[in-house]
Amino acid sequence: MSADLIQFFTTNWLGQAIVILAQCLAVTVPLLVSVAYMTYVDRKVWASIQLRRGPNVVGPFGLLQPFADGLKLVLKETIIPSSANAVLFVIAPMITFMTALVAWAVVPFDDGWVIADINVGILYLFAISSLGVYGIIIAGWASNSKYAFLGALRSAAQMVSYEVSIGFVLITVLLCVGSLNLSDVVIAQSGWFWNWLFLPLLPMFVIFFVSALAETNRTPFDLPMSEAELVAGFHTEYSAMTFGLFFLGEYANMILLSAMGAVLFLGGWMSPIPHAPFTYVPGVVWFALKIAFLLFVFSWTKGTLPRYRYDQLMRLGWKVFLPVSLGWVVLTAAVLQFGGWVPKS
Amino acid sequence: MLLQALAFYVFAAVTVASGAMVVVSRNPVYSVLFLILAFFNAAALFLLIGAEFIAMILVIVYVGAVAVLFLFVVMMLDINLVELREGFLKYLPVGAMIGVVLLAEILLGLGVLGTGSATIAALNKQGAQVLAVDNTRAIGRVLYTQYFYLFQVAGIVLLVAMIGAIVLTLRTRPGVRRQKVGDQINRTKEQAMTVVKVPTRGGV
Repeated sequence: MSADLIQFFTTNWLGQAIVILAQCLAVTVPLLVSVAYMTYVDRKVWASIQLRRGPNVVGPFGLLQPFADGLKLVLKETIIPSSANAVLFVIAPMITFMTALVAWAVVPFDDGWVIADINVGILYLFAISSLGVYGIIIAGWASNSKYAFLGALRSAAQMVSYEVSIGFVLITVLLCVGSLNLSDVVIAQSGWFWNWLFLPLLPMFVIFFVSALAETNRTPFDLPMSEAELVAGFHTEYSAMTFGLFFLGEYANMILLSAMGAVLFLGGWMSPIPHAPFTYVPGVVWFALKIAFLLFVFSWTKGTLPRYRYDQLMRLGWKVFLPVSLGWVVLTAAVLQFGGWVPKS
Repeated sequence: MLLQALAFYVFAAVTVASGAMVVVSRNPVYSVLFLILAFFNAAALFLLIGAEFIAMILVIVYVGAVAVLFLFVVMMLDINLVELREGFLKYLPVGAMIGVVLLAEILLGLGVLGTGSATIAALNKQGAQVLAVDNTRAIGRVLYTQYFYLFQVAGIVLLVAMIGAIVLTLRTRPGVRRQKVGDQINRTKEQAMTVVKVPTRGGV
């Protein structure tokens, strides 16, 4: 019977479809729960920075707050402005949310724990993260409102600019690893924590993290969101769950970029010390801890830094990060080539 | 195998349909969005034949960068639908001619008309040799050895185009005050402020 079942799930196309669906659910459901709790953690961290308590009323320690907020968003009325392009207006938040989710297909959670172990994993991540722009730009245009449109242009320009430097960061990582497969990237960093790539590539790690902040429209680059002075940018016209999807997509993107940082620079599922008590902890826990650390830094920056002015933001992206990362690519290639450290392929 | 065939027909049909919609749809913004859909499905077709690297590059370059800029420009146009329809018949012959030329080129390349089949066969033979490694490596190996000079020339062409665009749009505006970050950081307390003791009722 069990042999039959194994055969059904490995050879029959229906069985394979069921397996794939189950894998997708196994990734998506924990991801959505962590998105919900990320909003809670975010608010708690800001509260501590500002010497407040943060959400503490709904449930013990305010733990049910994310669900209360979610429920509120679901129950509110979705308003579609009469002059808006209704179809695109509704599709835009879905695109934002979906692109944040589909990228997880190639993220390795542990040795072999990955839905699609494709050879071009890094490129896939880069491709998908560059699609996030469309949700924003379509939202801005479909709203048929000048605030939303200007906000959309602003944030699209910002995301496109910082993608360039992220691209160069990815290139240095793949130069050091010699593979585009994310599992190979992690395996190349095995051993003690000083084998992780963040140490030899420290400037690139910093550039990656700052670009990740800009990619996800977080402080100090949250011009798209700046509620107070720029009327909330591209989602001015959005309400209820259409806004909720943008919000969830933003948080899912933050978690995704943290996961990318963990895989590329912090050794993915590897434990920092490859010895007995540490190796008993499953890899997925280490991976989650690394993501959680990066997410904490996300909240921390939001709690402490003021907002950039738009021209300063563009200057940082094009005049500082682009030349530095380009130079670092050349430097890394030269060091690997002449130092004899080129990874075997 | 059946699933693959099914996927191929779905992607191919959507590619062709969205390609047609690019031309047919009245609103240029829809055209660009359909173009993006066409790019996507073309990428999926590349994936189906195992060309994963090209598929990803197609998405990154065309969907992630080029189409965004298209969308930027098109969205800022003041769209007048009636005016847009007027030129349709005038441009139809030119467009049709370009289409025919492209189709003929593809057919020639595929060897339908008797020529070109030799090159395809040669390529297939080459392909079989390099397929032992994954296709990012395979492309890298030919691109940086056999086609190295052509690759460099392509790079230079792009660079020239870029410089050209900058030269065309560069204008020096007088009276613009630039932020000099270095100067700002190097400013000290002594340069920036003076402490004045103001006597009571004396004023500064």
